[in-house]
Amino acid sequence: METTQCALLNQISEYQFVCVELNLYLDTHPTDEAARADYLCYGKMLQQLIAQYEEQYGPLQNFGHSPTETGCYVCSKWPWE
Amino acid sequence: MWIYQKKLEYPVNITTPDPRMAKALMAQYGGPDSELGASMRYLTQRFSMPDNRVRATCNDIGTEELAHWEMIGTMIYQCMRGASLAEIEAAGLLGYYTMHDHGVYPADPNGVPFTASYIQCTGDPVADLVEDLAAEQKARATYEHLMTLTENPQLLGPLHFLREREIVHFQRFGECLEIVQALQSGETRAYYPSVTVESSGNCMRR
Repeated sequence: METTQCALLNQISEYQFVCVELNLYLDTHPTDEAARADYLCYGKMLQQLIAQYEEQYGPLQNFGHSPTETGCYVCSKWPWE
Repeated sequence: MWIYQKKLEYPVNITTPDPRMAKALMAQYGGPDSELGASMRYLTQRFSMPDNRVRATCNDIGTEELAHWEMIGTMIYQCMRGASLAEIEAAGLLGYYTMHDHGVYPADPNGVPFTASYIQCTGDPVADLVEDLAAEQKARATYEHLMTLTENPQLLGPLHFLREREIVHFQRFGECLEIVQALQSGETRAYYPSVTVESSGNCMRR
């Protein structure tokens, strides 16, 4: 994987991590408004990054969740390769 | 349902064979306190949980554990990749190689295959959540043991990450236990007021 692609994927992972953390926190604190605002904000930025990645390098997700004409789901490397 | 994302939750890139660590890592792939056990435990227990917050926590932590199981599988796969038969035998994996070659099979480091008897679902939310709390601590302890076995930063990075997740999950399950105990003691609070949150477009304002 080329360096710029790897960097973008790592950036996605960083935003995703924030979203996972906030999601789990909100599971037990669903009325924390500040956390919900953060979750919303990071979620939007995560979606933007994923859309940017998929437009440049191809789909990350299966089952219709990555509507991009670039590349194909089957042809990119699997994460353990 | 679940959607797959073709990436790991945290990057794993192990560039030199290390069948000795592959063997040790199997504790977290197919052992009693493995990521597989954790995921199946929470995803099974969620059905009988009595509160939306607790159901959400079991569902979402169970989902994250699947991503951790994939990370451990990747680590085992990459530690076995390119290992010679002599290295595999020296690591005590002759029996494993005979049965599984370089495949990643859910057994513990002693070759004991994964079994559903590692998990419980009593249908009693307190009993199940206390099991979950113990499971997170056992997994944390196992990660600390694994971290004493290697000095390779390519292994230590993901292991640090996974250990930290056990601590966060323990915290969330502790909150779930408090929620369930409050429910059982008859405490009633308005838990789901409708809140509209406007995003400021500027994350982490706190």
